[in-house]
Amino acid sequence: MTDEPKKSESIELLKIMIFSLAVIGFYVWFSNSIPQLKAESPKEKKIELGALTMDSFIALGAQIYNGKGNCELCHNPVGKRAPLLINSTGGPPIGARADDQIKTAGYQGNATTGQEYIFESMTDPSIYVVPGYGKKGTNDTVSPMPDVRGGAIGLSELEVGAVIAYFQSQAGVDVTVELPSEAPPMVAEEGGGEIQIAASPEEAFEKFECKLCHIIPGIVPDEGEGELGPNLNGIHEFAAKRIEGKGGKEYIRESIIDPNAFIPPDFDEDLMPDDFSEQMTVKELEMIVQYLSEPHETPAAPEPAAEDPDRKKDKE
Amino acid sequence: MLQIINKTISKGKAFRTALVFVFLFGTVLFLLPEMSLAEEVPAAEEILSPGSEEPMITAPKLTTDQYPTIMGISSRIIIWMVSQLHLFFGAFVLGVPIFVLVIEGIGMGSKDPRYDEMAYEFIKISLVAFSFTATLGGLLVFLFVLFYPDFFKYLTGIFKPSMIAYALMFFAESVTLYIYYYGWNAMKTGFLKWVHLTIGLLLNVAGMTIMCLSNAWTAFMMAPAGVDTVGTFQGSSWAAMHSPLWNPINLHRFIANIAYGGSIIGAYAAYKFLTAEYRKQKEHYDWMGYTANFIAVAALLPLPFAGYWLTLEMYSYSQQMGITLMGGIFAWLFIIQAVLIGALFLGANYYLWASMGRVTGSERYIPYIKYMAVLLVVCFLIWFTPHTIVMTAKEIKALGGAHHPILGVFGVMSAKNTAVNLMISTTFLSFLLFQRSSKIAVASWTRTGNILVAAIFAAGAANIIFLGVYGYYLPANIRIGLSIPQVCTTLFIIVACTVIDQLMYRKAKSTGPIPWGKMTQRSQYVLFLLAISFTWLMGLMGYVRSGIRQHWHVYTIMRDNSVDAFTPTLGYAAKVISVTVIIFMMMVVFIFWLGQLSAKKKEETPGVPVGAAESLAGAG
Repeated sequence: MTDEPKKSESIELLKIMIFSLAVIGFYVWFSNSIPQLKAESPKEKKIELGALTMDSFIALGAQIYNGKGNCELCHNPVGKRAPLLINSTGGPPIGARADDQIKTAGYQGNATTGQEYIFESMTDPSIYVVPGYGKKGTNDTVSPMPDVRGGAIGLSELEVGAVIAYFQSQAGVDVTVELPSEAPPMVAEEGGGEIQIAASPEEAFEKFECKLCHIIPGIVPDEGEGELGPNLNGIHEFAAKRIEGKGGKEYIRESIIDPNAFIPPDFDEDLMPDDFSEQMTVKELEMIVQYLSEPHETPAAPEPAAEDPDRKKDKE
Repeated sequence: MLQIINKTISKGKAFRTALVFVFLFGTVLFLLPEMSLAEEVPAAEEILSPGSEEPMITAPKLTTDQYPTIMGISSRIIIWMVSQLHLFFGAFVLGVPIFVLVIEGIGMGSKDPRYDEMAYEFIKISLVAFSFTATLGGLLVFLFVLFYPDFFKYLTGIFKPSMIAYALMFFAESVTLYIYYYGWNAMKTGFLKWVHLTIGLLLNVAGMTIMCLSNAWTAFMMAPAGVDTVGTFQGSSWAAMHSPLWNPINLHRFIANIAYGGSIIGAYAAYKFLTAEYRKQKEHYDWMGYTANFIAVAALLPLPFAGYWLTLEMYSYSQQMGITLMGGIFAWLFIIQAVLIGALFLGANYYLWASMGRVTGSERYIPYIKYMAVLLVVCFLIWFTPHTIVMTAKEIKALGGAHHPILGVFGVMSAKNTAVNLMISTTFLSFLLFQRSSKIAVASWTRTGNILVAAIFAAGAANIIFLGVYGYYLPANIRIGLSIPQVCTTLFIIVACTVIDQLMYRKAKSTGPIPWGKMTQRSQYVLFLLAISFTWLMGLMGYVRSGIRQHWHVYTIMRDNSVDAFTPTLGYAAKVISVTVIIFMMMVVFIFWLGQLSAKKKEETPGVPVGAAESLAGAG
């Protein structure tokens, strides 16, 4: 029997390096194969008070609720960490129940109206904690929710008002929040780069790539476009009939910023991106809503592509 | 003693490096108020507090153009990589002295010189790494000053006392480390050995103090304390250090350093094993590899529990931060973590089974291995399952929704906690069986003891599974509380079975010596897998710890308004981590090579060349 050959250290080292790179390569590959999410730093939106309507004020509130406010991080039916605010299965949405909440036996806050109650809940949440939602060990005396005006959320007074207006509008009650007419006390700061705001509805559709999934009234789609989402031809008529009690513009606005609020038949949840509230300015959103609320000449629907016979064979 | 100190100062290159680092760090600290680059707008808004001559320190509000741009280098990437490299080396040089001290103590108690020799070899490996740690730390300080001067100025304003203490502790660590190492042979016996152990203890105290001081700055960035809501420092540096996340990070890093140090030593031992020329060398490095793996995995077992505490405190501090971590944009990161942890557990267990395979007497336990392997794989798959399934639109349509129509939501913590506790228990079982392999218990109550151990494992597993299934029916915020009884069950299994086995096998008969040196090549590559996975995992966790702050330098206090304020994709983060890991690996190879260079003196017992004994036997 011969002695074992002397191991070359260099060769051994090379093998180890190759093995190491292969392992690292696998981890990189796996990390790139899972959903890639990138979170932009929230940008302060400049609000043109002169152009602010109640509709756009409510739209701003919806945007904040779904975006900057991060409300549904906690107020969702999955984690049950916070009371549901909209589309509440156990009772009316917050906009409708706020007036009754101040009359409950355990209420210890200072609000006298529903609007004040919602404002208090957002800015001093520990003053009254809904039973079962307090921090562990505090006997529901301390809320895990921060003051939304500070900390990681940092809403301005105007933005808080917009969210309250959204809650009230969404619940179908009268909006009692007054439209702001003066600049908010906190100056909006610019963060990150400049935002290029779309100047027209067509530009907005391009910018947010709506045509990729939807047939847009008055816009001719390119080949392959518009097949994934609902055809929006005629939306100016059927929007008002979708949900009882909800106006056409309100339906369209909600469909953009909270697409899972109502799923049309034959379509599924989570198909449409739900971060348009973060990406769009109020102006862009209102431009799109206004455009879709009006009739436009409908282009001819694209001819369905003839099925490739070879592809059909593969499927079989 | 004087001779030892002189030798230390004359030989200690790393000692000198550390001295230079301390000097530079201290200089920067004192000069920093003059070095802020944001001159157009006052960088830190200094408000005179009434009745005080000291200006108060408030978190600066920066605009994008106030961040320095230097030669087109990405500030975030350079800081990210250098700080991570510093942490890799720091974890190693802080972790190794912990178990070196323990091994030296075991050697002293058992009077077995092999433990003492192995401990000495471990500390030698960490010596050069200490130099790199200090160098990278100095580089990091300069980079902070260059790329984030206003942020660093704010931090130093609050933490100046602890930063001075940090620099001085580096000096203390160098002194103790070099006396500990160079005085090893001179203080080998008698009273001097106790002195040596004491110096080792002081070395660890210095190391832990360094770690805790720097952890305070990290914890402050995530959960600021000692400041008001706009970041105005309230005057007490101690209060600022006492962030709610400080002690959880201290515990997590303490345990992780031990695990990490063990894994790097294991890789060193594997390399030396594969390139050994003589049988004795192979035996020695095989034993070293086993010991290092034992240390790494023993520390790995309680690590998830320290992680749970950290996450719990995070939720307690800010529910928003906690949910973002586990259920928001970082949720998928923990699937990557699951893959890495799975590699660690599967690798560690494979190594133990391979170790068992060569031991006479292990035949009675070999049949159980396949069941343990299946259990580990199943648990890994459960842990690895994400909450939402990655599907195309057509697949969603075919399934009838984003979630399974019958099973509903996957990947809930109930299932994952169950899986990880079972994995930990199974790994402990692998350890137990390896320990038993070379022994036969002779205690009169052996049969009862074995039944008791089996019952504890079975009952513990049943309890863990029951709690997991029960948790499925509870809301998430209540379900998470069940992780505590599950953890306690696992800890009970480990402690109880260890005690019973120790008592049962106290005067056990040996089935023969463990044939060290007869491990397969594959098993050594598993040790490399462990070292790489530990390193990559540390990089990933370092990323999530920083990334959870998102667009904040100091969470809710100091906004990040730089161009890098976005949270990158996981694929991007993986690439940065990988490059950092590769750089680290190259530096470690350099350290190993230096170790080879210095070990030029002949072995006292060169031993029989590998294969020579068999050829002699054949010729005979």
